[in-house]
Amino acid sequence: MKTVLKSVTQSQVWRSIFRHGLPLSNRTRAEAVLYSFFLHIHPAKVRKRSIKFTYTWGLGGLSAGLFVILVITGALLMLYYRPSVQQAYGDMKDLQFVVSSGQFLRNLHRWGAHAMVAIVFLHMLRVFYTGSYRPPKEFNWVVGVVLFVITILLSYTGYLLPWDQLAYWGISVGTNMVRAMPFGLGEKISFLLLGGNIVGENALVRFYVLHCFILPVFAVLLMGIHFWRVRKDGGV
Amino acid sequence: MEKSDDKKPMLPPEQSPSFSRRHFLELIGMGAIGVTTLGGMVLSAEYLSPNVVKEPPMRFKIGPPEYYPPGSVTLNKEQKVFIVRAKEGYFYALSAVCTHLGCIANWKAEEGIVACPCHGSKFDREGNVIAGPAPRPLPRFAMSLDDQGQLVVDKSIVVQEEVTLKV
Repeated sequence: MKTVLKSVTQSQVWRSIFRHGLPLSNRTRAEAVLYSFFLHIHPAKVRKRSIKFTYTWGLGGLSAGLFVILVITGALLMLYYRPSVQQAYGDMKDLQFVVSSGQFLRNLHRWGAHAMVAIVFLHMLRVFYTGSYRPPKEFNWVVGVVLFVITILLSYTGYLLPWDQLAYWGISVGTNMVRAMPFGLGEKISFLLLGGNIVGENALVRFYVLHCFILPVFAVLLMGIHFWRVRKDGGV
Repeated sequence: MEKSDDKKPMLPPEQSPSFSRRHFLELIGMGAIGVTTLGGMVLSAEYLSPNVVKEPPMRFKIGPPEYYPPGSVTLNKEQKVFIVRAKEGYFYALSAVCTHLGCIANWKAEEGIVACPCHGSKFDREGNVIAGPAPRPLPRFAMSLDDQGQLVVDKSIVVQEEVTLKV
């Protein structure tokens, strides 16, 4: 067994993927983090104080984890959901009652989304209460606030997609709030958001594209910056 | 003049004239990028705003006056309009879109009021606010009678309270 393991870990393929030895010494342990794409999200060295669980409560990591769950379940839901007035509600019901594991995936997406809004908000509170927005991290706080807004917008655009009464009136009310903006700006923005004057086919497709493509792209981009700066500032 | 310029030895950077050839080319390059970006943004902004929307028409027929008995309030769901016929027999068309945040209000016959299910605004049958967060009364739309004796509502024309249709 040991010889097999040894021959695997010393083969050219293994050594070309993992370019460091087994993490047996401090040096190789540091290398394991430095040379791994996935682990290099963490700094090679951290202060003991900042890895204390009750300092961060792992809320940032939980937010990111929920985002991954939402991307995976969302991509799977897209296979059965069609964003059209005729089909959207039926497709959503099919996911619940006809598609194997559809109910589970839909609920995972739905509850994950609710949880993400809550956790991102708690993460923001934690950062506030530990004063982690102070120099040199002011800009990362700003990036975080934008990410929080994107999270809310993702939640809101997803709200319309089931195309039920709650969704329809939720979006009607929300876009009417936008209309309250002064200087005729509200009318223009609401027209652009809905692709018309009423919540209809255009609005559904627009919210679908925002929900499934545009907002996630911006979220991933800003998350990259957010994590990179956290790491540079010595956080975990 | 030009020939003498050509023969000039190349100046070291710190002595080069403030508007050099490099500066000129940079300006052209950046300008081209700027114009292209701006043009792209304008075109994209125009693309986002649809020129044709397939929405219900603003002007529509709602049947002959006999459909609506005196003293009745009838909701046209598709057009989001109440057709109100007063006891005296005249007509007016009242918007069913709540002036608060745009939900469709319902006619409550037993109470004789128009009530919005979203945030509890209430209106009387004239469209005046009697309760709730609605900031304005429900607007009235122009009504007319066409050649075939059909009632016509035009939502693009908002009329004052005095304007009614006598049939």
